[in-house]
Amino acid sequence: MTTATVNPELLLTTNQMASFAARGFLRFDNLVPADLNRRVMDAFDAGPVARPAAGLPLSEVYAPGSPLDDLMHLPEIQGIVQSLVGPDPLFDHHAVHIRQPNEGRAQGLHGDAIIDTRMHFDIQLMYFPHDTPLEMGGTLLLPGSQFRRINESDIARYQNFVGQIPMVCEAGTVLALHHGIWHCGRRNQTDRVRYMFKIRLNPRVRQHRLWNTDDLDNQMRADPVTNLEARNRTEENIYSILSRPEPWYEFPVGRLEIVNRVKFWRFLTGSNTFDLSYWLTRLENQPENLALAA
Amino acid sequence: MILYLSNSALDSDVRGWTIYDGTGQTYPTTGDSDTPPYPTGLAAMQDGWRVIQMPQLIPPDKDLEYTTSFFKFEYVFEKMVEVET
Repeated sequence: MTTATVNPELLLTTNQMASFAARGFLRFDNLVPADLNRRVMDAFDAGPVARPAAGLPLSEVYAPGSPLDDLMHLPEIQGIVQSLVGPDPLFDHHAVHIRQPNEGRAQGLHGDAIIDTRMHFDIQLMYFPHDTPLEMGGTLLLPGSQFRRINESDIARYQNFVGQIPMVCEAGTVLALHHGIWHCGRRNQTDRVRYMFKIRLNPRVRQHRLWNTDDLDNQMRADPVTNLEARNRTEENIYSILSRPEPWYEFPVGRLEIVNRVKFWRFLTGSNTFDLSYWLTRLENQPENLALAA
Repeated sequence: MILYLSNSALDSDVRGWTIYDGTGQTYPTTGDSDTPPYPTGLAAMQDGWRVIQMPQLIPPDKDLEYTTSFFKFEYVFEKMVEVET
């Protein structure tokens, strides 16, 4: 991957970024061309893939012309990466995840690495190089779980949630995940091996308005407190996207998840007044006007 | 069976669920079902499941009032069945 900036048309849109803030992932079906899927699969079938050192700039990790280098050089991949973690981020690690045929059990639900309370975030790209039908498993995601503070497999006791997403997809599909997303490998009930390639990337820049922000100021112009007009528009917008709860949210805790989104959106945009449904604005009202109290 | 409910009321909606089958006849696992086994905790009771643990209501620790983490409304159930040996 080069350090050159990406064509703005390939960057994520504001609505896509809002969806990432709300749900912790973005999905891109059939993104990788079939010939590159085949080359990657051939490389996986040939044996273990080398594990480069963590902390290198991504541009220095893969041999030019290798399948994984070509994957990371796809313009669409560069647009996703630059929008989320900036140009030429640090390589953290990669892994080829393999689920053997006819497994009896799934992996336990978990978050990767260790508990991570940063507002800055890493991303993980999950790339599915072959078709993944439901019976083959696919990675299971719990959308909107990225802000819940847990440590790795603390959560392995949890088996199912309303609204969970099993990744059923065609070859060449890519997920971009916030590092905090709860996930696991579902059991593979076919007689074929399942592959998924994952790569984690760390930002080297402040994650501030890195996507295509052409419409951001116009979208943010809505009343930051009530934004009822914006939420009632028929077309998707940041307020409708960021306000939509996940079906598994507990009722009281779900309100706190909306507050988590507000804080994250403020971080991403630099706004200190953005709000949804008056949640933070109410708490920030701490009058000290003695004159009116008289 | 563990049910994760929408709030602390036993008759609130099921949001998540886990089942361990002590008879060894089935092997539920992560991500194996999209539909809750019961719509509410109360519905499970009405089907013969006994509540053996209710979550305590514990105030949030100072400075963690807005932090989200594990599921707070975790109810544990059991059902005794006869097994032929």
